[in-house]
Amino acid sequence: MGGYSLTDLVSIMAMQGFAGLILFSVFVLMALGLAIIFGQMGVINMAHGEFLILGAYMTYICSHVVQTYAPALFPVYFFAAVLLAFGASFLLGIVVEWLLIRHLYKRPLDTLLATWGLSLILQQIYRSIFGAREVGVELPPWMMGALQATDTIQIPINGLIVMGLTVIITIGVYLLIYRSRWGKQIRAVTGNRVMAGAVGIDTDRIDRYTFGIGCGIAGVAGAAFTMIGSTSPTAGQLYIVDTFLVVVFGGAASLLGTIASAFTISQARSTLEFFLSGSMAQVLVLLTVVGILMLRPQGLFTLKVRR
Amino acid sequence: MLSVTDLRVAYGQSEALHGLTFEVGQAEIVAVVGRNGMGKSTLMKSLMGLVPTRGGHVTFDGADITALPSHTRVARGLAYVPQGRMIFSTMTVQENIETGLFVRQRKAVPADIYTLFPVLQEMRGRYGGNLSGGQQQQLAIARALATEPKLLILDEPTEGIQPNIIQEMARTLRRIRDERNLSILCSEQVLSFALDIADRVLVIEGGRIVHQDRRADIDAELVARYLAV
Ligand SMILES: Nc1ncnc2c1ncn2[C@@H]1O[C@H](COP(=O)(O)OP(=O)(O)OP(=O)(O)O)[C@@H](O)[C@H]1O
Ligand SMILES: [Mg+2]
Repeated sequence: MGGYSLTDLVSIMAMQGFAGLILFSVFVLMALGLAIIFGQMGVINMAHGEFLILGAYMTYICSHVVQTYAPALFPVYFFAAVLLAFGASFLLGIVVEWLLIRHLYKRPLDTLLATWGLSLILQQIYRSIFGAREVGVELPPWMMGALQATDTIQIPINGLIVMGLTVIITIGVYLLIYRSRWGKQIRAVTGNRVMAGAVGIDTDRIDRYTFGIGCGIAGVAGAAFTMIGSTSPTAGQLYIVDTFLVVVFGGAASLLGTIASAFTISQARSTLEFFLSGSMAQVLVLLTVVGILMLRPQGLFTLKVRR
Repeated sequence: MLSVTDLRVAYGQSEALHGLTFEVGQAEIVAVVGRNGMGKSTLMKSLMGLVPTRGGHVTFDGADITALPSHTRVARGLAYVPQGRMIFSTMTVQENIETGLFVRQRKAVPADIYTLFPVLQEMRGRYGGNLSGGQQQQLAIARALATEPKLLILDEPTEGIQPNIIQEMARTLRRIRDERNLSILCSEQVLSFALDIADRVLVIEGGRIVHQDRRADIDAELVARYLAV
């Protein structure tokens, strides 16, 4: 790292840190969705990346439609896109659960295969509809700007917006699971599915909507994703592995763990990428995570209660 | 109230219940006694729709419920306290009770449940998994009562409970029946407890009902012989 003074280094760290905000947000949202679904029904959704991409395409469509038919609204289209992305992924999630997943709850390996197959099918559908080429989304000028924090440190505005969105959704998910009546039913099913049915909870219905919510959150991640990457039918594949890493590293049952681990991994990635090549950074992060998991196989955070 | 006709239940190829027929009347307490592995839990689970029925019929309040999923049975008025209690261990005591409220669209735990089990009110903020065995048993009963049942099904409620608490539990169950005018179906290995609470005792052996008596004219020695290993 020769050639950099200490203040340079601090600035670089800070700048890369802020640049990593969006990546962090995408990780958190993806991991939240994946962890909710896994915690609730033990399904590892291999197609989670494709739900992200659905959200990204929805954002793309929204930006074009607004630019063409209502240019005056363009500055705020992103917020509508987020809603659309959530809605589309939520609906697709519910349909997928109804058509596919609910028949496989007792066979975890089959859900792995089935959702993997689903991811291939979705990729092909995207290819047929949107073409194989990457598409990008234009942001309104005000979101492209940056706040000048100090002489050398700039904070991108879109990063702050996505960050804010992530905070809101994370708090929303927390309130949903730990404070709402719906969440109480989710936790009961997660705790003991058979018993939840025997106290009168309609577990099938809870499963369906929980799966939908998990997928919907992936859709929101997709809207955020359009700011750091270009959308293509297979782009979701790049994120699914990292997301699994985040979930495992954080300890699958802990919201706080998921956030901490998403933060660690995204920041390590984006800081290291400044000094090393991307794949080298990826390898270093992976090795560190593996090392830590060998010391703490249960992940970063666990809940202390007798089961 | 509950009427079971020729009920057959199997795990895969092996049949565990070979055609049970019995009834539980309004506000009646019926105890099913039998040794380990005789099919008590299987009977309770199949009444709750937790294991599939191979043959026969279960009617409740005049309606056939043989094929209903468990949550609709709860809505019809069945409630279940399983063997091993099955508390939601990562939820608080109060939340555990509240899981039973959804089926009646209620929001707050009825006060009479805490009147029945004051210790649960004291501990309502604790995780269910951190309660003692006796407290968990009370919690499981409270959770079942939250669904406002007409028939309370208990599977070996005395298992793993200290003897001095067992008597108290018998009193509580009778009190629940008297106050709420509901029926109770309870499986048991402890004969004294069964005789203490039941209006009628059924003996189950090898998946069949081999003996039944009203409490007034029960031959305790005969029943005890069925329970001896
Ligand atoms: N999940 C299962 N799969 C296969 N066989 C089972 C299963 N559960 C119970 N059985 C069998 O069904 C029979 C009845 O078991 P059940 O659990 O109903 O007995 P029980 O009277 O409740 O015994 P205990 O007093 O030990 O609780 C036994 O022979 C048992 O081996
Ligand atoms: Mg049993």
